Amino acid sequence: MKQFLAFVRKEFYHIFRDRRTLFILLGMPVVQIILFGFALTNEVKNSKIAILDMAKDETAHTLIDQLNASRYFDIVEYLQSYDEVETAFRTGKVRMAVVLPAGFGRDLEHLHQAQVQLLADASDPNVANTLTNYAGSIVRDFQDGLLKGQQLPYRINAEVRMLYNPQLKGAYSFVPGVMAMVLMLVCTLMTAITIVREKEMGTMEIMLVSPLKPMLIIVAKAVPYLLLSAINISSILLLSVFVLDVPINGSLLLLVGESLLFTLTCLAFGLLISASTSSQQTAMFISLTGMFLPTVMLSGFMFPIENMPLPLQVISHAVPARWFYQIVRNVMIKGTGLETIWKETLILLGMMLLLTTLAVKKFKIRLA
Amino acid sequence: MFFKTIIMQSGNRRQLNNGHVSVADIVMTYGKPNAAVQALQGINFEVKPGELFGIIGPDGAGKTSLFRILTTLLLPTGGRAEVGGFDVVKDYQAIRNSVGYMPGRFSLYPDLTVAENLAFFATIFNTSISENYDLIKDIYLQIEPFRNRRAGQLSGGMKQKLALSCALIHRPSVLFLDEPTTGVDAVSRREFWEMLRRLKAQGITILVSTPYMDEAGLCERVALLQNGRMLGIDTPAGITASFGKLLLAVRNENMLPLLKLLKSFEEVEEAYPFGEYHHVVLKQGSEKDLRARLKAAGMEAEVITAVPGIEDCFMDLMKN
Repeated sequence: MKQFLAFVRKEFYHIFRDRRTLFILLGMPVVQIILFGFALTNEVKNSKIAILDMAKDETAHTLIDQLNASRYFDIVEYLQSYDEVETAFRTGKVRMAVVLPAGFGRDLEHLHQAQVQLLADASDPNVANTLTNYAGSIVRDFQDGLLKGQQLPYRINAEVRMLYNPQLKGAYSFVPGVMAMVLMLVCTLMTAITIVREKEMGTMEIMLVSPLKPMLIIVAKAVPYLLLSAINISSILLLSVFVLDVPINGSLLLLVGESLLFTLTCLAFGLLISASTSSQQTAMFISLTGMFLPTVMLSGFMFPIENMPLPLQVISHAVPARWFYQIVRNVMIKGTGLETIWKETLILLGMMLLLTTLAVKKFKIRLA
Repeated sequence: MFFKTIIMQSGNRRQLNNGHVSVADIVMTYGKPNAAVQALQGINFEVKPGELFGIIGPDGAGKTSLFRILTTLLLPTGGRAEVGGFDVVKDYQAIRNSVGYMPGRFSLYPDLTVAENLAFFATIFNTSISENYDLIKDIYLQIEPFRNRRAGQLSGGMKQKLALSCALIHRPSVLFLDEPTTGVDAVSRREFWEMLRRLKAQGITILVSTPYMDEAGLCERVALLQNGRMLGIDTPAGITASFGKLLLAVRNENMLPLLKLLKSFEEVEEAYPFGEYHHVVLKQGSEKDLRARLKAAGMEAEVITAVPGIEDCFMDLMKN
């Protein structure tokens, strides 16, 4: 036991004396959460639009006012002719233009039918889609207002409710993602380097010619990073709850427990890399390409897994972050319990055990 | 429970029976069979308990390979070796539990202080600094003033003393020192050998390798190693006594032309620079003959008889 504690203390010395790395390790989750929370948002707010009002009647004005009142749109330009629409888009001033044809109010009143044209800049398809949807729903609301008291012969109202995230906040999806990413970086990358560094420095040579067992070395190397990850998990959760207003709907204990399980899986992977490589550069490269990229790309955090081609979907099963992402989404956002995530938990547990066994097996007890 | 199992695993505390080291027909080959490098080609020797045994050889002779095999870090391609009665392949753990090893490259933690390094190595060998302090006292006292300095900031000689302290802290029965004096200044080197002599008095078997021939005389027995082959094993006196030829030392103001001239004489078997003199091994003739021969060639030079050293013997053995 004394040997083990001495080894862990030595690892802590290494970590604490490398101030810059320590700062990055503890500061990274804070920076990422804040970046994703405030800067890198894909929500549509205050988009600039132009209006071409050729009707100039009261009905048209009411509709325009309603568009302007919504927090999605910001009318920056009133156009005079159809030709100016193109120019407005070209100069990049506006994202969408709304065209109200001449006689809009009159047609609506007499013919009970009128046209509104929505022109969107589809060079960014997602934004264009969102904007036209918003505008469409404002026009629909306007139409509903006109129908006050009257009954149409057939009418179906699609009642939409956004469950678990009624305000469609981006934070709900990236908090689980950032958690997976940060834990992966800290655990895999840092532990991947730690054993290899001793090999490069030559201290492994002395470590081997000692009573220490590989298992003890490996576990002692992992402990400090497990503690660092625990700090990161709490700082991410605190920031999400108090700064980004993302609630923890499920059991906090379960969430922390699952996060630690994921941490252990990443640590085991890092140690496996460290035990089977011989230079820090190789170890870093493998952990970045082998772990970090799949975590970002294939976990479902950035891109939906269902939309991927089949081979990528199959590969994504081997990415621990995919399962962790699902677990966190379920526990944190949906507030479900272990009964919905036992399968993912078992998969992570299996991966962790397999990777640890491989790391111990791969640990070379000799130099060559 | 989990931790318990780890501790139990390291509970294998088998210690060496004695400080005896034996090496039999050790062969070490690196690389693929078609492009193999033979680092050791059948090495045999015995080291008695408590002996200060030197392995002398130039760079690339195979010293480090030999040390790594004896410290169980490498598996030999062929042959057998035992340390303290344990086989280096089968019983590697018993050997690892109780030998001291100081690799050729400084291998301590540069970001840990002197005291932290020492305490760490004491603990992983299941001992404490106070338990064996008497053994390292002489050495450690010299670096004690810097106990709170990071090991990476020590000077070369200090690093080496710290490394030796760390290798000794668990009172090993056999101590392996791989080129401990390479890259260390002359004063520190002398001090270092002084320390080794004191350690020997404590009954510790010491195997030390060095590329410096002048250090051979400080060992009790030496093995001369060259290109993976053993050239000879004896006491330093025994090795120099076996030099059966006349050795002369020659010098004048124009050393380079002198050497060229000496090499051109057919009765000269070997001539090489040696400090302020050129050492000359004669096939036949005497001191007087050589002096006359030099004079005839128009070159005045001082010629005296020299006592052969280990280096002279090494040069001689290397040729045969």
